Amino acid sequence: MHVAAVFLPLIAAFVAGFFGRWIGDRGAQLITCLALVVSAVLGAIVFWSVAFGGHPRTIDLLTWISAGDLHIQWALRFDTLSAVMVAMVTLVSAMVHIYSVGYMAHDKSVPRFMSYLSLFTFFMLMLVTSDNFVQLFFGWEGVGLASYLLIGFWYDRPTANAAAIKAFVVNRIGDFGFALGIFSVYLIFGSLQFDTVFAAAPDAAHNTINFLGHSVDAITVTCILLFIGAMGKSAQLGLHTWLPDAMEGPTPVSALIHAATMVTAGVFMLARLSPLFEYSPTALGVVVVVGGSTAMFAATIGMAQNDIKRVIAYSTCSQLGYMFFAAGVSAYDAAIFHLLTHAFFKALLFLGAGSVIHAVSGEQDMRKMGGLRALIPMTYLLMWIGSLALAGIWPFAGYYSKDLILEASWAAGTTVGHYGYWLGTFAAFLTAFYSWRLIFMTFHGKARASKEVMAHVHESPPVMILPLVVLAAGATFAGMIGYHWLVGAGREAFWGDSILVLPGHDSIAAAESVPFWVSKLPLAMGLLGIAVAWLAYIVETGLPAWFAYYFRPIYLFLLNKWYFDELYDWVIVRPAMWMGAVLWKEGDGAVIDGFGPDGFAKMTRGMAAVLSRFQTGYLYHYVFAMFVGAVVLVSWYVLRQIG
Amino acid sequence: MTHLPLLSLTTFLPLAGVAAILLLRGEEPAVARNARWIALWTSLVVFVVSLLIWANFDPTRSDFQLVEQADWLPDFNIGYHMGVDGISLFFILLSTFLTPICIIASWTSIQRRVKEYMIAFLVLETMMVGIFCALDFVLFYVFFEGVLLPMFLIIGVWGGPRRVYSAFKFFLYTLLGSVLSLLAILAIYFVTGTADIPQALSFNFPPSLQPWLWLAFFASFAVKVPMWPFHTWLPDAHVEAPTAGSVILAGVLLKLGGYGFIRFSLPMFPEASAYFAPFVFALSVIAIIYTSLVALAQQDMKKLIAYSSVAHMGFVTIGIFTVTPEGLDGAMIQMLSHGVVSAALFLCVGVVYDRLHTREIARYGGLAENMPKYACAFMVFMLASVGLPGTSGFVGEFLSMIGAYQVNTWVAFLGTTGVILGAAYMLWLYRRIVFEKIVHADVRAMVDLSPREILVFAPMIAVVIWMGVYPSSFLKPIQPSITNLIERVQVSERAAASTLAQR
Repeated sequence: MHVAAVFLPLIAAFVAGFFGRWIGDRGAQLITCLALVVSAVLGAIVFWSVAFGGHPRTIDLLTWISAGDLHIQWALRFDTLSAVMVAMVTLVSAMVHIYSVGYMAHDKSVPRFMSYLSLFTFFMLMLVTSDNFVQLFFGWEGVGLASYLLIGFWYDRPTANAAAIKAFVVNRIGDFGFALGIFSVYLIFGSLQFDTVFAAAPDAAHNTINFLGHSVDAITVTCILLFIGAMGKSAQLGLHTWLPDAMEGPTPVSALIHAATMVTAGVFMLARLSPLFEYSPTALGVVVVVGGSTAMFAATIGMAQNDIKRVIAYSTCSQLGYMFFAAGVSAYDAAIFHLLTHAFFKALLFLGAGSVIHAVSGEQDMRKMGGLRALIPMTYLLMWIGSLALAGIWPFAGYYSKDLILEASWAAGTTVGHYGYWLGTFAAFLTAFYSWRLIFMTFHGKARASKEVMAHVHESPPVMILPLVVLAAGATFAGMIGYHWLVGAGREAFWGDSILVLPGHDSIAAAESVPFWVSKLPLAMGLLGIAVAWLAYIVETGLPAWFAYYFRPIYLFLLNKWYFDELYDWVIVRPAMWMGAVLWKEGDGAVIDGFGPDGFAKMTRGMAAVLSRFQTGYLYHYVFAMFVGAVVLVSWYVLRQIG
Repeated sequence: MTHLPLLSLTTFLPLAGVAAILLLRGEEPAVARNARWIALWTSLVVFVVSLLIWANFDPTRSDFQLVEQADWLPDFNIGYHMGVDGISLFFILLSTFLTPICIIASWTSIQRRVKEYMIAFLVLETMMVGIFCALDFVLFYVFFEGVLLPMFLIIGVWGGPRRVYSAFKFFLYTLLGSVLSLLAILAIYFVTGTADIPQALSFNFPPSLQPWLWLAFFASFAVKVPMWPFHTWLPDAHVEAPTAGSVILAGVLLKLGGYGFIRFSLPMFPEASAYFAPFVFALSVIAIIYTSLVALAQQDMKKLIAYSSVAHMGFVTIGIFTVTPEGLDGAMIQMLSHGVVSAALFLCVGVVYDRLHTREIARYGGLAENMPKYACAFMVFMLASVGLPGTSGFVGEFLSMIGAYQVNTWVAFLGTTGVILGAAYMLWLYRRIVFEKIVHADVRAMVDLSPREILVFAPMIAVVIWMGVYPSSFLKPIQPSITNLIERVQVSERAAASTLAQR
C-alpha cells in the first residue's frame, strides 16, 4: 500500500506518456486522475496509520549505489513528517489533475500534460519519502526536471522555453550547493543514510573540516551548503529569479509545482534535516536572515506587478520566506504547518486565477480585467477565501500558521529572531495589500477588457470548480483542525522523532508567553493592508497613479523586480557567453592550435616541400613515422644494452 | 564453466566477418547489401560471445580471469597473453555493444564503398577488443596503435570536407603520444625483462624512474582522453568523421586514455601518480570549466557535443587520481556512461544530419512538432549528459566528485560547477533544435525516427536507465579489481614512505 501510493503516479505517467496516442485524451485523463485519486486515498490511509497509529516504517526497495564505504538504497521512509507530506502532495495533486481535465481541455497535447503532472507527483513523493541524501537529491532533481518540462510545456513559445531553461539552470546552482553539502556529509559521517548521520550528529558538533583551504565548523558549512540547495528550489532571495518566470507554464502547473509542492521542498528539507541543523546556530541564523529578507523583498515586488499570476508567484516566494525563518528559529513544526495551510490556499488562489484567466480568454494582465465580480461569482468567492487565508485573517487557515511563526520568531529571543518578526510583520501588511489589490483590480471597478472578451466571460465548468471547493475547505478549516496536532498540545505525540528540536530551542513553546501586542500586531497589519488597498483601488482610484508618478524611482525599482534579472544578465550570463567565445577562438584557436599542431605544420611546411614525394597521404606518413621511430628507439636500447 | 577461448574468440571473430566480406563478388548493390548483413550478423554474434565473457566472469575475484597464454617469442619473454579483470570487462562489452549499433546506424547513410566501410568497422572492433584483453605489452601496443588505422580510414575516406586537416591534427597529437609511450614500454621491458603486463604491474619500479615513465604514458593517454590542452584535435575529428565514426571515437577510443591511467599508470607508478595528481586535477578542472564555456559558444552540434565530451572526461581523470574507491568507481562508471551517452548524442546528431545535411544548430528548431519520438530519445540522452539522477551520468559524476571531495575540496568545488554549465549548454542546445516554432520549410518536412533508428536508440536508452537506477550490476564486478588496485597503490606508497624514513 505504501509502495503503491508512490508508484501509481509513475505508472500512470508512463501509460499516458507512451500510449497517449492509443488511449486518446480521455483515456490519458482517466488513467492519471484515477491513479492520483487512488494514490491520495492511500496517502490518507498511510498518513493515518503512521501519524496516529504510530507505525512509522521504512521499506527497502533495491540497492542503488554501492562503492567503497558508500551504500545507498532505494527506500521509502514513512515517518510522520513524510506521511504528512505524502498526504498533502497526493491530495493537492489529485485536485490539480482533475482541474486540468477542464483547464487543458482545448490543448492539443493533453496526454503529454497529464503524463508530466503524474511524473512530477512521483518525483515529489520520492523526494519526501527518501531515507538518504542521495534519493532526496534524486527526487529534488526529478521535480526540477518535471518543472522544466511543464514550464516549457508550450514549447513553441520562446518565453516559455527561456523560463524553463532558467528554472533548471538556477536550480542547478542551488543543487551545486546541495551536492557539495552531500559530499561534506559523507566526508564527516562516512554515510549518507539519514539515521546513521543523525545519530552521529551530536558527536560531530564542533568538529572542523578543511573547506576550500579554510578550517571551518563541519556542521555549519555542511548545513549552509545544503541550504543553498533549499534556496534554489524554494526561490529564496538571490536564487528566486526563476519562479516568477515559471508562470509561463500552464496555470495548474503553477498551482501544483510552483505553489503547493515543489517549491516547499526546501522547507521540507530543513525539517527533515533538523537533527543536523540544530547543531549549527550559525546556519540557522543564516536561514532566518535569508527567509525574513525574502518574505519582505518578494512582498514589495508583489505590490507593483500587473500580471495576475506573477503577483501570486511573488506572494509564494514571500510565504516561503516565512516558512524558512520559522525553521531558522527551530519552529520546524510551525514551518510545516504553514507549508500545509499554504498548499491549500495558494493552490486555491492559483487555480482561482486560472479560472479567471480561463474566463477572460487567456488574458493575464490585471489592467485589462475588472468588473468580473457578477459574471464569475463562484470564482470571486473562492478568491476571497484564498486571500483571507493568505492574509492571515481569523479564522482562516493562514491565521493560525502565520501568526504562530511570527510569535515563535519573537519568542526565540535572538537578534535574528526579531529581524524575522519585524520583517515578517511588515510583509503581512504588504501581503494583505497586494492580495486585495488583486481582487479589486480583477473583480471590481469598470470592465477594462474588450467587448468580445467580456461577451465570452463565463464561469468555469464543474470539473474545475469542484477541486477549488475542496481546496477552499482546506484553506478555511485546515488551520483550526491541524493546530492541535501539528503545533498545539498534541504535537510531541504527533511528530514523534521525525523532527528534532534541541532543549532550549523550542520557540513554539516559548511563543505562548509573548506579549499581547506581539501576537496581535500581524493581524492588525493584515487588516490595515486590506484597508489601504480598498482606499487606493476602490475609494480613491487615482492614488496608485499618483504614487507611481511622484515616487517614480521606487515604483520602477519594484516594477522591475529590484533589477535582479538585469544584474545577473550583466554579471553572469553575458560574461559566460563572452568567455566561451573567447576561449574557443583565442584559447583553442590562437594559442593551443597556434603553438601546437598549426604552428608545427607551418614549421614543417618547408620540409614538406622537400619530402613532397612521400606525400601520398597522411596514413602513409603516420605508418612511416611510427616505423622509423620504432626502429630508432629499439636500436638505441639494444645498443645501450650491449654497450 | 566453458573452456572456449572466449577472449580470443571475441577479439578475432570480427576478422572472420572481414574474410567473408572480402570474398563477396558481384554487382555493386548486391555486394553492399550482403556486406551490411554480414557485418551486422558478425557483430551481433561477437556481442553474444562477449556476453558469455560477462556470464563466466567471477565478480568476486580481483585478478585476471579467462586467461589465455601461449608462447610467442619465449626467448624475449614476449607471449600471447589475454585476460580480463573488472577494469577491462565492461570496456570489452562497450565495444561489442556499440559496433552493431554503428553498423545499423550506417545502414543507409553510407552508400559509397560499403564493403570497405564494413571491413573497417570489423577490423576496428578486433582492435578495440584486443586492447582491453591484451596482457602483453607487445600485443597491447599492436592493438593500441592498430586501432588508429581503421579510424583514420573511416575519417579520411567517409569523412567531411576538412578531413585532411583534422586527420593531420590527430596525427600530430597521436604521434607525439605514441612515440613517447613506445619509449616507456621499451623502458619497462628492459627494466623488468618481460613484456608480460601482470608481471610489470606487480613490479616495483625505482622511484627515480617513475616520473619519466609516468610522463611518457601521460603524453599518450592525455591525448586520448583528451585532457586540456591536448583536446583541440577532438572537435575537428568529430566534425569530419561520419556519424558511426564519431560514435566509436567518443564511445570507445576516448576511453583508452582513462583505461591506460587505471591499468598502467596507477599500479606501476604509484608514487609518480601521487606526485602528479595535483597537476592532473588542475588540468581536469580547467578542462571542465573551459570546455563547458566553449561549448556554450558553439554553433555546430557536433562540436558542442565534442566539447562536452572533454568536460565529461574531466570528471574521469579527477576520479582516477583521487585513488579512492568512490572516485575510481565513479571514473569507471562515468567512462561507461559517457561511452553510451555521447555515442547516442552523436547518433542523435546523425539522425537529423541524414535528413537535412547540416550540423548548424540554427538551421533546426521545432522538431518536437514533427519528430516527437526523436525528441523523446534525445531528451533522455540530454538528461543523462547533464547528470540527472536516475540516469547513468549521475552515478559517474556523483561518485567521482564525492571521491574528489575526500581528497581536495577545491577540486570538487570547481569540478561540480561543471554540472551547472553542463545543464546550460545542453538545455540550450536542446531548445534550439527541438523546441520553439518551426521556421524552415525543410525542417517541417523531416520525418520521425524510422523503425531502424528506434532499434538503435532503444537499447541505449535501456542501458542509460539501467546504469542509473541499478548500477550495482556494473559496480559489483568492477569493485574487487579497484579495491585491489588501491591496496597496491597504498602498499607501495607506504613502502616509499618507509624507505624515505630510513634514509
